[in-house]
Amino acid sequence: MAFTFAAFCYMLALLLTAALIFFAIWHIIAFDELKTDYKNPIDQCNTLNPVSDPPPPSCVLVRGARGVPGPSGSEGARGLVLPEYLIHFFFCVMFFCAAEWLTLCLNLPLLAYHVWRYMSRPVMSCPGLYDPTTIMNADILAFCQKEGWCKLAFYLLSFFYYLYGMIYVLVSS
Amino acid sequence: MAVQHSSPTNGATHFHEHTSSRPPSKPCEPCCKLNSILQLGATSLLVPQCYPAPWPTDAPTSLHGYIQPGAAPQPMNPMVPNTYQPNRAPYGPPPTGPPPTMKPTSPPTGPPMANATPPPPKADEPVAGNGPQAPNSYNHVDNKMAGPPQPGPPGRHLGHYPSLPPGYQNTSAPHNATPPMHPAMQAATQPYTQAPQPYQQPPVGPGPAQLSPSLAAMSLQSSTPEALRVVNLLQERNLLPPSPIPAPTPCLPQDLQKINCNPEVFRSTLTSIPQTQSLLNKAKLPLGLLLHPFKDLSQLPVVTSSTIVRCRSCRTYINPFVSFLDQRRWKCNLCYRVNDVPEEFMYNPVSRSYGEPHKRPEVQNATIEFIAPSEYMLRPPQPAVYLFILDVSHNAVETGYLNVFCQSLLDNINALPGDSRTKVGFITFDSTIHFYNLQEGLSQPQMLIVSDIEDIFLPTPDSLLVNLNECKELVQDLLKSLPTLFEKTMETQSALGSALQAAFKLLSPTGGRMSVFQTQLPNLGVGALQSREDPNQRASAKDIQYLSPATDFYKKLALDCSGQQVAVDLFLLSSQYCDLASLGCISRYSAGSVYYYPSYHHQHNPAQVECFQKDLKRYLTRKIGFEAVMRIRCTKGLSIHTFHGNFFVRSTDLLSLPNVNPDAGFAVQMSIEENLDDMQTVSFQAALLYTSSKGERRIRVHTLCLPVVNSLSDIFAGADVQAITGLLACMAVDRSVTASLSDARDAMTNASIDSLSSYRQSVLTIQQPGLLAPACLRLFPLFILALLKQKAFRTGTSTRLDDRVFAMCQLKYQPLAYSLLMIHPALYRIDDLTDEGALNINERTIPQPRLLQLTVEKLSREAAFLMDAGTVIYLWIGRNCNPTFLSQVLGVPSYAAVPDNLYLLPELDTAESQRTRAFIGWLRDQRPFFPSLHIIRDESQQKASFLQNMIEDRTESALSYYEFLLHVQQQISK
Repeated sequence: MAFTFAAFCYMLALLLTAALIFFAIWHIIAFDELKTDYKNPIDQCNTLNPVSDPPPPSCVLVRGARGVPGPSGSEGARGLVLPEYLIHFFFCVMFFCAAEWLTLCLNLPLLAYHVWRYMSRPVMSCPGLYDPTTIMNADILAFCQKEGWCKLAFYLLSFFYYLYGMIYVLVSS
Repeated sequence: MAVQHSSPTNGATHFHEHTSSRPPSKPCEPCCKLNSILQLGATSLLVPQCYPAPWPTDAPTSLHGYIQPGAAPQPMNPMVPNTYQPNRAPYGPPPTGPPPTMKPTSPPTGPPMANATPPPPKADEPVAGNGPQAPNSYNHVDNKMAGPPQPGPPGRHLGHYPSLPPGYQNTSAPHNATPPMHPAMQAATQPYTQAPQPYQQPPVGPGPAQLSPSLAAMSLQSSTPEALRVVNLLQERNLLPPSPIPAPTPCLPQDLQKINCNPEVFRSTLTSIPQTQSLLNKAKLPLGLLLHPFKDLSQLPVVTSSTIVRCRSCRTYINPFVSFLDQRRWKCNLCYRVNDVPEEFMYNPVSRSYGEPHKRPEVQNATIEFIAPSEYMLRPPQPAVYLFILDVSHNAVETGYLNVFCQSLLDNINALPGDSRTKVGFITFDSTIHFYNLQEGLSQPQMLIVSDIEDIFLPTPDSLLVNLNECKELVQDLLKSLPTLFEKTMETQSALGSALQAAFKLLSPTGGRMSVFQTQLPNLGVGALQSREDPNQRASAKDIQYLSPATDFYKKLALDCSGQQVAVDLFLLSSQYCDLASLGCISRYSAGSVYYYPSYHHQHNPAQVECFQKDLKRYLTRKIGFEAVMRIRCTKGLSIHTFHGNFFVRSTDLLSLPNVNPDAGFAVQMSIEENLDDMQTVSFQAALLYTSSKGERRIRVHTLCLPVVNSLSDIFAGADVQAITGLLACMAVDRSVTASLSDARDAMTNASIDSLSSYRQSVLTIQQPGLLAPACLRLFPLFILALLKQKAFRTGTSTRLDDRVFAMCQLKYQPLAYSLLMIHPALYRIDDLTDEGALNINERTIPQPRLLQLTVEKLSREAAFLMDAGTVIYLWIGRNCNPTFLSQVLGVPSYAAVPDNLYLLPELDTAESQRTRAFIGWLRDQRPFFPSLHIIRDESQQKASFLQNMIEDRTESALSYYEFLLHVQQQISK
């Protein structure tokens, strides 16, 4: 039993996937809030997209004033889309370095999806995915919600897979 | 050519999600057939289930509405202890109750029915019109015949092939004194509109004979013969009706229909709402609403009341389609919650009587306006604020628009809607931004120049927007001097982005309206754009690019504006590419409007100048609503899918409209989320809350009520082909921006293929050759072809990108009545106008020539023709045109003497001239914008654009109407 680089990768992935699961849940709740008229799409897109400059005071105020319980924590305001993609990309690279080919293959489709998703985003001057003018379109809203649930399922499954992978690597080496 | 590669194999080329699952047409067929078989089974099963229940009980007392002329019974489900009808009745029957003699007709009880059921003389009309099809339309009769309970096992009918339903045949002779006509004759001589005829002849004879006429009429109406008459499009050439098509009437009891919302204001693509989403998917027709909520109305009831009665759970405004359970309680027609009637509502101010809540104006009018109390205000109502942002670069001065603008504003300055608080302001810009200090007390306007366009600031924030009444003289001075001020300018750059930012800063404390006049591509500072159009690609049949914005600067700014209740209207007067796709966003998301005058020049293009002048006058003086929101509510089970128009969608059913103007239209796509099983009707309510220019907070409420049906034939019978075309156009615009133009074109073609093939497979049971369509959809392929040849969607013909994008904008935000003319222009022969059938409006006689098909075949050299294409009117003069017309109307001796660029008809004192001018004037009066008139000869340059509107003809890049039909037929039978 030895602590290899692969084992380290799995441990790291385990922790990061836990974060990603949180992101996915946050994503689902955010779109649910939109659907149930709880939030203004402009505010919601500002929180979903990474905001390079601090969000305008008005929207912070509104959120504070309404006391939205939800996941508008300190991390929320920074936007979660890009961090999520980066984290996922990061441990894909780690698995590549550790030569964990099977794990990498399992993650490649999602990586490709992320790249495609970001390439086909609407015209925007700042990084981000969601456009407040189209987000209320029923098709897009439904798609985003479905995307959230699928990702949640994927991250949950991969969480247990990494756990198994970590133990397997630790035990076998 | 779109059509050639539009086989419906590609899922992406359909509008609806459901259609995308359609596999290549071959494999689909069995399943569709299966569907149609199931459908048949279902309808025949439904017959005994649904009719008997309500009839014997309710009919004698309160369902009288159903047998009135024009009313059609809906297929009813057995539920309904609390339908509106029975409950409304006790409070007073609708004013036009049926004649008492009709009463005994209704109770059709059990066995007697079999004999007493009258032969509906025209129940078989849809059948009869086309002999060979008798058996299949028998089906519609079967399931449409909501009236009398059908005796006998329903299954039996299917195998049976007479053209009249059993049970009707034997009784037909006795009371129809006339011998049964040949079915075709009948169809021809008794149009649908004459349906109520039986009422006029007093029933002779006792009992059964009395029964018959009314029931005959009833079954007649229920089968809506005209709408479902089968038309073979390949055989009938003259499908276009001689006069404009009226909107179809929903199949509602007459007392409801009478108070239903005006179709010009609120219109649905399907006047019968399908019960389930799967049924809707099967019909392959789009479900949606088209609205013109702020239309100028001549009669609008306005209610002032301290409490506005609304449903406590869904906040629906009380409307004519709610039901009163008793004096004190009403049931919401959207969420079915039972609410209390407030004390105040018991008093009727109109009749000054107490205890008649159902007689209140709110319950008598489907369109009503409330003056809102203070709980409908988030802040004190804003004043009317108008800010004008004018391009004064060299290019702008060249076009000479400043003169026209300043003159128009000077002329109309007292007609600007507003009150004593009205404010105005002006900003001009080239490479710098110029503000005008109009503070009271100054002897003349003061110009302040800000050249730091990167970090724009307001030099004197409080004196740039001034009260119009107090500073009118300064404003007038400014308007008089503006055109001369920049006469010698050499500045060619345009910093539009910064000017808009400055304007936003100026307006954001109050909200209001920005009118931006731009003549070139903004090329300096923020929001600068590059030319993206390649003129050589204009005619390419390949995909058109750059339909989406190049930058999100304008969109973001528009959203900021929307948040501060500022709307931006864009006037684009340019001869070069201006990237309307990017610039247009500023108006699109801030609920403004876009006006585009290509090649505007004060000398070279007098037609455009006149157009601009007239439009500007209308623009400056028309009604305006500030800080508005519009919410569209619908009965539980329905939900809104997508909105079309200029606005920002703030939540699933709420549109934020910083300004609302009477010329703006909206479209909404709907979907059915829950089955509407136990409902007979559904309602839609659009409520527009706005601040009037006088500072009053008002709510305009429109309510539309539509029947729910459960069979495909009923859905088809209620299809409104014009509304469907309008909605498809909106959807196609979205599709061309998000996907590609060819995709949108394929989707439109497929929409017609899918719905006609669904009609053929599910509604018709006999497969006869030809392209069959129900009469109500007979113009569908023509309109689709017209859309494919419309400026917005055409390929292969040279179209400037801005023209195309502007056409798309117009399709999206114009009310249906205007966009239809842009899609399918109207052609009239005008050299032989007579007073026959003329309208008489305000003591002016307006001749009504018949509509002609858009084909060169209809033109003749001996005549003159007028083509009304919405935004432009062409008067084409044939080479050998009647000399009287030339001399009496145009005032020229011969054809050769007709000048090349003629935009005006001379005012001659002849009968012909008066008639022609009256007709053109009448056409122009019907729309808010001004269509310019182009008089063209056979050799004029304009002839090409005239001929491009000949939709039914073949062009080098597009199919003729007949070819298109063949293509559709081929796709259907594949």
